[in-house]
Amino acid sequence: MLNLFLLQSLNGIQFGILLFLVAAGLTLIFGVMDLINLAHGVLYMIGAYLTAAFAAMTGSFAYGILIALPATLAIGIALEVLVFRRLYDRSHLDQVLATFGLILILNETVKIIWGSAPLSVPMPEAFSGSIQLMGNLRYPTFRILIIAAGLATALGLYFMVNHTRLGMLLRAGATHGAMVSALGVNIRRLFMIVFGLGAMLAGFAGGMVAPILSVDPGMGDSILILTFVVIVIGGVGSVRGAFVAAILVGLVDTLGRSFGPMLLRNLLDPAAAAQMGRTLAPMLVYILMAAVLYLRPTGLFPMGGGTR
Amino acid sequence: MSEAATPSLGPVSSSVIDAPHVRPPLLAQSAPWLIFGLFAAVPLLALATGDSFILVVATRMLIFALAALSLNLIMGYGALVSFGHAAYIGIGAYAVGILSSYGINDLLLQIAAALAASGLFALVTGYLSLRTSGVYFIMITLAFGQMAFFFMVSLSAFGGDDGISLSGRSTLFGADLLRSNLVLFYGVLGVLAAAFLLMRMLVASRFGRVLRGTRDNPTRMRAIGFSPFSFQLTAYVIAGMIAALAGVLLANQVQFVSPAYMTWARSGELIVMVVLGGMGTLLGPIIGATVFILLEDVLAHFSEHWKLGLGLILVLVVLGSRDGMSGLARRLRGGSDV
Repeated sequence: MLNLFLLQSLNGIQFGILLFLVAAGLTLIFGVMDLINLAHGVLYMIGAYLTAAFAAMTGSFAYGILIALPATLAIGIALEVLVFRRLYDRSHLDQVLATFGLILILNETVKIIWGSAPLSVPMPEAFSGSIQLMGNLRYPTFRILIIAAGLATALGLYFMVNHTRLGMLLRAGATHGAMVSALGVNIRRLFMIVFGLGAMLAGFAGGMVAPILSVDPGMGDSILILTFVVIVIGGVGSVRGAFVAAILVGLVDTLGRSFGPMLLRNLLDPAAAAQMGRTLAPMLVYILMAAVLYLRPTGLFPMGGGTR
Repeated sequence: MSEAATPSLGPVSSSVIDAPHVRPPLLAQSAPWLIFGLFAAVPLLALATGDSFILVVATRMLIFALAALSLNLIMGYGALVSFGHAAYIGIGAYAVGILSSYGINDLLLQIAAALAASGLFALVTGYLSLRTSGVYFIMITLAFGQMAFFFMVSLSAFGGDDGISLSGRSTLFGADLLRSNLVLFYGVLGVLAAAFLLMRMLVASRFGRVLRGTRDNPTRMRAIGFSPFSFQLTAYVIAGMIAALAGVLLANQVQFVSPAYMTWARSGELIVMVVLGGMGTLLGPIIGATVFILLEDVLAHFSEHWKLGLGLILVLVVLGSRDGMSGLARRLRGGSDV
């Protein structure tokens, strides 16, 4: 029982790490550029597809993801130059419409190139086993790799946001964009860098998850919504908030699905508990979001100022 | 980001204080008659061409026009961009599906259940969502929409992901009136006309003026002593209930109910319909939904990847027109804002 709990907690953390990788870029795009980007989940999907394609081409997952990363970065920057750059000073509604259109375009393009059947990416040989953690608790090596890579990225981001000049500009841009621009910072270039970086992080998450999930055209949409939940809980623009909220959402979702029915069995008969658990579990994160919003309408770690 | 943070005390737009005695131009006056008249004549066209599919498409247009009309109340007149509006269509459709699986086929009972369920859901989620504004509001309505979607997907007693096939259409006082596509078409047209009149009354009423005033300048509305929250929540609940009515009609038309009705892509399409036709105008959503369903039909005949075309049109229109789709729609209508 304890083993199962630890195992599911690790799964939850691994899921949370993935959510964080997607949410980190998106929360910066929201915070710094005040842009609602529905197409961010598509970049996650593109990362997964490119990894699958390059891994098949080179025969190695590592090469696949190493080529896919700069490719997603390039796609992200191309999208910024072609579309997003023209949306920054538009109303939120225009941004919703244009990025919604972009999702339709990119989802269909992926379907045309790779078909709508799910692709599978073979697990790299070196990480296909599992590691003994404690007692008789074993955990798949690849999932540990995801957690480690995600934590390393989070640390790198933390360092970048808090201890570099770029990070300083980002933080300033998130709260006082006009002032940063007035001080002579090339805000357009800053935006482009943030966008490309966000795209690459999302693509990285998609590439890392490719061997353990199937790669299909709808995968970007489902993670996008959860990413929104993460950003709303964490507070728009806050990378630290996104990290805490992503882990929280990952844990609540995973533990809720596995232990919800079990806990309900104490109150209801088994059949009803199983049915109710299945129904309630996917809703748990949204209930969590509603609760957080009720108590703190701007999220757990709201960015200061708020004067835009 | 939030509207409260931009305390401009600029003028309230003229549309709020339009003088009641100025007659609108003849075209604007007769446009509703024209549109509803054209729709009423569609069965003749179907009869003349012998193509019964025309009637099916036209009914679908009217049903989505009803849903778009309801979204327009909050989006167009309240500046509340809800990205979870398809959930209400789903609630309405499931009211039909679930009740009929228990053998309750009476249309009025199903409508009552749909209105009660959607009203309650809108009251709770609206209460929470309206505590926020701007981008947060868009994301939260999206999340609540997804919550409803996943609830239905996991409801395996009622088909789960696969949905429910209905054994037939609803009955009215035990009579199987709606079985005829023609009766259903005129029924839907009647409901849409009634909803249109209700909207016109609502928008012109004191309630509608407070709603529009809040859209244009929330700070000023608060300053002159209104509490926008209760007005916005009321509008949100009304919009949800009308969309649920559209869901009841949709379930009856296709005799099938599934979670696919309430995906977030469907919510996005509803927004596109409203903006396409002209946000904040009474007839706009009806025109937008008609054009959208037509476009969907034409593009779908052309290629199975029709969404690619739709996406391209969306992106190009938003980027190509300086003030976005609403500006383009306004220019196409010749600058009138009625």
